Amino acid sequence: MNSLPTVLTTNAIDQNEVIRVDVSRNDSAAVKEPSVGAVAAMARPSVASASSINEEHAVKIRAKNVDFLYGNNQVLFDVSLDIPEKSVTALIGPSGCGKSTFLRMFNRMNDIIEGAHHTGEVLLEGTDIYAPQIDVVLLRKRVGMVFQKSTPFPKSIFDNIAYGPKVAGLRNRARLAEVVEESLKRAALWDEVKDRLNSSAMALSGGQQQRLCIARTLATNPDVILMDEPASALDPASTAHVEDLIFELKKNYTIVIVTHNMQQAARVSQQTAFFFEGVLVETGETHGLFTNPTQKQTEDYITGRFG
Amino acid sequence: MSDLEFEYAALLKQRHRISTCFEWVCRIATGSALLFLAVLLAGVIGQAWGWLDLQFLTGFDSRRPANAGLLAGLWGTFWLILFTTIFTVPVGVGAAIYLEEYASDNRLTRLIKLNLSNLAGVPSIVYGMLGVTVFVRMFGMIPAADGWTAAISLGFGTLEIPLPLGRCLLAGSFTLSLLILPVVIIASQEALRAVPSSIRHASYALGATEWQTIRHQVLPAAVPGISTGIILALSRAMGETAPLIMIGALTYLAFAPGNLNSPLEAVQDPQRVLDAPFDMFTSMPIQIFNWVGQPKAEFQNVAAAGSLVLLILLVVFNATAVVIRNRAQKRITW
Repeated sequence: MNSLPTVLTTNAIDQNEVIRVDVSRNDSAAVKEPSVGAVAAMARPSVASASSINEEHAVKIRAKNVDFLYGNNQVLFDVSLDIPEKSVTALIGPSGCGKSTFLRMFNRMNDIIEGAHHTGEVLLEGTDIYAPQIDVVLLRKRVGMVFQKSTPFPKSIFDNIAYGPKVAGLRNRARLAEVVEESLKRAALWDEVKDRLNSSAMALSGGQQQRLCIARTLATNPDVILMDEPASALDPASTAHVEDLIFELKKNYTIVIVTHNMQQAARVSQQTAFFFEGVLVETGETHGLFTNPTQKQTEDYITGRFG
Repeated sequence: MSDLEFEYAALLKQRHRISTCFEWVCRIATGSALLFLAVLLAGVIGQAWGWLDLQFLTGFDSRRPANAGLLAGLWGTFWLILFTTIFTVPVGVGAAIYLEEYASDNRLTRLIKLNLSNLAGVPSIVYGMLGVTVFVRMFGMIPAADGWTAAISLGFGTLEIPLPLGRCLLAGSFTLSLLILPVVIIASQEALRAVPSSIRHASYALGATEWQTIRHQVLPAAVPGISTGIILALSRAMGETAPLIMIGALTYLAFAPGNLNSPLEAVQDPQRVLDAPFDMFTSMPIQIFNWVGQPKAEFQNVAAAGSLVLLILLVVFNATAVVIRNRAQKRITW
C-alpha cells in the first residue's frame, strides 16, 4: 500500500491537485481527496452495499477475503466480491491491478503458475473450489474461460468445438455433431462456418476465431464463463459481434469479464468492480458506478484521469 | 552541406564496401564447404567405380577383394538401428516430456538439464566402455564362464536370452541408445518448448487433463521437431564405429545376425529373427574401417564402395525424415 501515493504523484496533474488541496483545506474538494488513510479504508468495501443486482439474482460465486501472491509479490489484497448468477460482471482497472489474476482464481488457472498461493475463500454455489476434494478438471468444465488472444487449436473447426466434450469422454460421433452445431449456433458462428466445419480453424478471421473460442467453451456446457479481455485484439465490428453475443449469453450463463475498455464494461455488464493496485476499490451496479462513483479513485479512472 | 553531413557521405562508401566484403566472406565459406563435399564425393565415387555391384551388396566379406561383400554389415546396421530406435524413442521422448511438462523448475531438474548437455558432448568411446561394463559383462555379476540362458517359448520359436548379454547385437543397440539419448532428449525438449503455452492453457481451461493436453495438443505440435532430432541422432548412431568395436563387434564376419540373409527367410524361419538380437554382429562402418586397414590395395576400392552405400543410405534416411516432418507440419498450420 505504501506505493500508492507514489503512483499517484507520478502523474503531474495529480501532483498539482494534491498540492492544491494541501494549501486550501477548506475547499470542498479536499474532503474527497483520498489521503493515505482513506485509501486504506477503500480496501474493504462492504459487500452488502454493492448493488441492487445481488437482490434480484442469487450469488453464483462468492470471493471472501482473498489475498493472492506470486512468490513474495502480493497482487491481491483482501478482495471480497459476490458474482450474481445469469448476469455480466465486469472487472475494470489499470494494467497490473490484479483483475486478471482475480478472474483466473475462479477456474484455478493460477494453479499452473509455480509459486502462486492465496488465502481466503472462493465459493461456487457455496462450495469452496480450493477444497482438497474438488477436482480441478471438473471445475474447469463448469467454469469455462475465453482468453484475450484467441487460441484456436491447429485443428479443424469441428475438432476445436468437439475437444471439450471429447476429453470429457463423449465418443458418439452423432452426439458430438449435435453439440458442435448447438455450440456454434449459440456463439452466432454457425451460419458462417457450417459449410466448412472440416477446414482449419486457423483460416478464420480474428473475430471469428474469438467466437470459435467462445463456442468451444460453450460446448463443455459450463454455468460460468470467464472472459479475459475477449475483444481487446479485435476490430470494432468484431468487438460489437462479441458484445452482442455476451448480451445473449447472460440469459443462461454467469459471465465475468475483464476489460480495459470502459465503454465496453458499461455496455455489457450489470455489475462492475474497480480494482487498483490489487485492491477492490469499488463495486456496484454498472450504471450507478459509472454515473455516480463513490470513490475518488474510481471517478478518476473512469473519467480517464489515470490508467 | 554541414561538416557532419559531409563526413557521413565519406563514410557511406566505406560502409557499403564492408557490407560487400562480408557477403563475399559468407559466400566463400559456403563455397568451400560445398567444394570439400564435392571432392569427397568425387573421390569416393571414383574409387568405388566398378566395385559397387550386386555381388558387393549380396555377398559376405572375403579375403579376396573381388569377392568381398557388405551383406553382414548391412544386416548388422539394420538390426542395430532398429533396436536403437525401439529403445531410444520412448525413453528419450518420455524424459523430455517429463522435464518440460511435469517437472517443477527446481535445482534438481536444472542440474539434470545441465548434465544432459554435458552428456551429449561425451566422446563415443566412453559410451563404449560403459557398454562393455553394463551390457556385455553386466558388472560381472554373472561370471561369463558359467553364464546361463533365459529361454522364453513364443510358439513360433524360442527367445534365448544369454546372461550376461555378451558381445551381442543387443548390447550394441543398448550402447548406441545411451550414446544418442541426450541428443534426442535435448531436441525433444526444444520442440516441446516451442509449442505456445497459450495452447496448453486453452486445453486446461476446457477441462482436459495433463495427459490429454500433452497427447492431443502438445505432442502433435512438437512431432516435426522431435522427429527431426530423432532422425539426426539415428544417423549419427548409424555411422558410429568406436563404441561398437569397444563392446566387441567383429570386424570380419561371414554371416548376418541370426543367419538371416534375406527378408524372405524371416517368414520361412521366424526362429532366426529371435536369434538375431543375441548373435554376433558387425556393421557397415566397422567393415569399412576393416577394409581401409587391409594391406591389399584393392581393398581401398572396396572401402570406397562401402562408404558410398553408407552415404546413400544416410541420404535416404534423412530424406525420409524431411518427408515425415513436412507431412506432420502440414497438418499443423499456426
